[in-house]
Amino acid sequence: MPRYASRIISSFASLVLLLVMVFFLSRLTGDPAALFLPDDATPQMIEQFRELHGLNDPMIVQFGRYVWDVLHLNFGDSLRQARPAIEVVTQAFVWTLWLALITMALVTAAAVVIGSLAAFRPGGIFDRIVTFTSLIGASAPDFWVAIVGITVFAIGLGWLPTSGTGTVWHWILPIAVLFIRPFGLILQVVRGSMVSAFGSAYVKTARAKGVRDRSIIFVHTLRNAMLPVITVVGDQAAALLNGAVVVETIFGFPGVGKLMIDSILNRDFNVILAAIMVTAIAIFVMNLLIDLAYALLDPRIRT
Amino acid sequence: MADHLLEVRNLSVRFHTAQGIVNAVNNVSWHVDRGETLAILGESGSGKSVSSSAILNLIDMPPGEITSGEILFDGLNLLTATHEERRRINGKRIAMIFQDPLSHLNPVYTVGWQLREVMRVHAVPAAEAAARALDLMRRVGMPEPEASLDKYPHQFSGGQRQRIMIAMALAMKPDIIIADEPTTALDVTVQAEVLKLLRELQDEMGLGLVLITHDLGVVAEVADRVVVMNAGEIVEAGTPAEIYHHAKHPYTRKLIAAAPGKGEMNAPMAEGEALLRVERACKSYGPFKALNDVSFELRKGEVLAVVGESGSGKSTVAKAILRLIEADSGRALWKGRDLFTMPSRELYAMRREIQMVFQDPTQSLNPRMSIFQIISEAWVIHPEILPKARWKERVAELLTQVGLSPDHARRYPHQFSGGQRQRIAIARALALEPELIIADEAVSALDVSIQAQVIELLAKLKRELGIAFIFIAHDLPVVRDFADHVMVMEKGRVVEIGTVREIFDTPAQPYTRRLLAAGLDPDPEVQKARRRAVA
Repeated sequence: MPRYASRIISSFASLVLLLVMVFFLSRLTGDPAALFLPDDATPQMIEQFRELHGLNDPMIVQFGRYVWDVLHLNFGDSLRQARPAIEVVTQAFVWTLWLALITMALVTAAAVVIGSLAAFRPGGIFDRIVTFTSLIGASAPDFWVAIVGITVFAIGLGWLPTSGTGTVWHWILPIAVLFIRPFGLILQVVRGSMVSAFGSAYVKTARAKGVRDRSIIFVHTLRNAMLPVITVVGDQAAALLNGAVVVETIFGFPGVGKLMIDSILNRDFNVILAAIMVTAIAIFVMNLLIDLAYALLDPRIRT
Repeated sequence: MADHLLEVRNLSVRFHTAQGIVNAVNNVSWHVDRGETLAILGESGSGKSVSSSAILNLIDMPPGEITSGEILFDGLNLLTATHEERRRINGKRIAMIFQDPLSHLNPVYTVGWQLREVMRVHAVPAAEAAARALDLMRRVGMPEPEASLDKYPHQFSGGQRQRIMIAMALAMKPDIIIADEPTTALDVTVQAEVLKLLRELQDEMGLGLVLITHDLGVVAEVADRVVVMNAGEIVEAGTPAEIYHHAKHPYTRKLIAAAPGKGEMNAPMAEGEALLRVERACKSYGPFKALNDVSFELRKGEVLAVVGESGSGKSTVAKAILRLIEADSGRALWKGRDLFTMPSRELYAMRREIQMVFQDPTQSLNPRMSIFQIISEAWVIHPEILPKARWKERVAELLTQVGLSPDHARRYPHQFSGGQRQRIAIARALALEPELIIADEAVSALDVSIQAQVIELLAKLKRELGIAFIFIAHDLPVVRDFADHVMVMEKGRVVEIGTVREIFDTPAQPYTRRLLAAGLDPDPEVQKARRRAVA
């Protein structure tokens, strides 16, 4: 399949471009030694640091070494935690991955079912309620929802823990808060896409064949209407994989988003580099999956 | 008690739209029995499809509303039956074939799946449905029936897709099949095959056929009885011969008079310099030869019709001349200069001399531009034609010339009918004062009576302004009325080229004869005689 090959190559190329950009950006922002070391470092310490990390070598040699290290997923040690940066990042990434996967699975399932039912009778009572609530959901600011959630469910009612991890209960508030916005957004897309799919000629054929309404909604139209939906689901999932910075910070959730913020504040440069590469690879994989899903759903794309 | 298998009695349907209430059909009654074919004849907007949509419960309510009448099927009033009762009848006892099979088949499921589905929803066991699906594909003459079941709709040709629709309609051996313009989108030769298949199946299974069409030729070929619809009402009913020869209602008479292909043929004079001479034009896409050694000549004020089935290369000729695609070899001499090798600067100036009118005026007119903007855009691009001060005056002049009114200039495309939009497209082409207009199926999408008017307009432009035309069409009677010369194409080759009389009266090539024989004559007697001659 040459079409796929070209898609994979082009997203791979952007990955390489990112790798190059990260290197030069880290050099453009000034002497890495000044970035990594505290402000009151002595000239000897700086010279020692430069020698140790090969910063006195020609740029091209440094770049070669950087590429070699990246290919081996070797980003050096975390300055704060004194263990390999990649280890720190993957550990946090697993938390974020689970959070994103669970949230997106719930969001997609709910949005598809509710959106489809709303679209079946556009303008009906159910449709109007759904459209209205999803609009509120899509425009609700997550920091506010998070704080209200904590105030009501953790402090007021005492049903859920305020933050941290450990039990299943710790997951509920972060997921609920992350759920709201993509749900509103995807619901809108599902509904719109389904409304236009119901107007299609093949739906007429299905009705003339005597196909049941349930089957018209969930078999005939849904698969056709999912194509634009997948794109939005992919976008939203990618955003979550990048780390839900605000939500993770508020709930003290040890994911990539919180890690990045902490590392920036701590000038833990190696961890930032590793986090950028890991999330970039995750988004690259995500895009591949979207392409595959497209081909799976629509035979016209396959040929 | 019902006297007929399917009977529509005094049906009235209206739609609530943003523009107010539209009465789609008014007090319409007709009936059909096993073994007979009823044709519902009408132009677009006549309401000819509304009663069949009501039969199959396909009218969305709202905005639709059935205000009166009943539909009796085998003694049951469908309009008061439950949703579930009607679902059990749909596809099992009454089946439907639609006009455009590509959009009416679900693009993401295999045709085998879609064929089996109609049996599965009516409780046929899976194994039996699979076996019957294969039988059906064989019966409708699908090449490689087994392999075709696993393919998707987009992998078939238009004629094959219509065969799939027919197979799907036949699956449950229904009592009635309703076919809505089943052959309109197909080539004449394919149309003849599909109609023949429908007739055979009807004889075999004794089903009642309701055929909705705008085409008098189709009526003459298959109908036992016909009802004529205009503006939501049945204006006349009878046998095809009665209707054709003794029409009482003025609308029916107008419709019959507008049927093309009956007038005197043009007798072109072969004199004067060639305006355009195409020599040995070739264009290949991989191994596929879209144009294979195509040569022809066109003089000032002359109409060359290009006819052939889809895929014959007739549109490719036009695209090559306009350099929308690049020919691989050959020459196209426009007033002595080769269009194929012309540098892009000269090409730009030449474009105003050769204009194009497309098939679908809805798509070729920008919906966000007023008619004035659409027509005057030509002068924005080619400012040497006309100073800005005269634009308004000239737009008014052009609109009058194409039979519209000057105050239409302020309106937008959606405010016009199909025929009017095609006139606007012609006015836009005329704005550049072209010497050649290439019309690619320019009247195919129009109703017969509108078609006749647009052809009349083109003939006037040819006569008065001396414009030459390359007239690409699949509709032979229209070609017969309008063309001076005819070029017949098949698989990228020119099969035959000659004056319109030569081609229509004494076709030399078997392919041309086959093409002409496949065409349907609106006169039922002529058509019957022709069918006997072919058989």
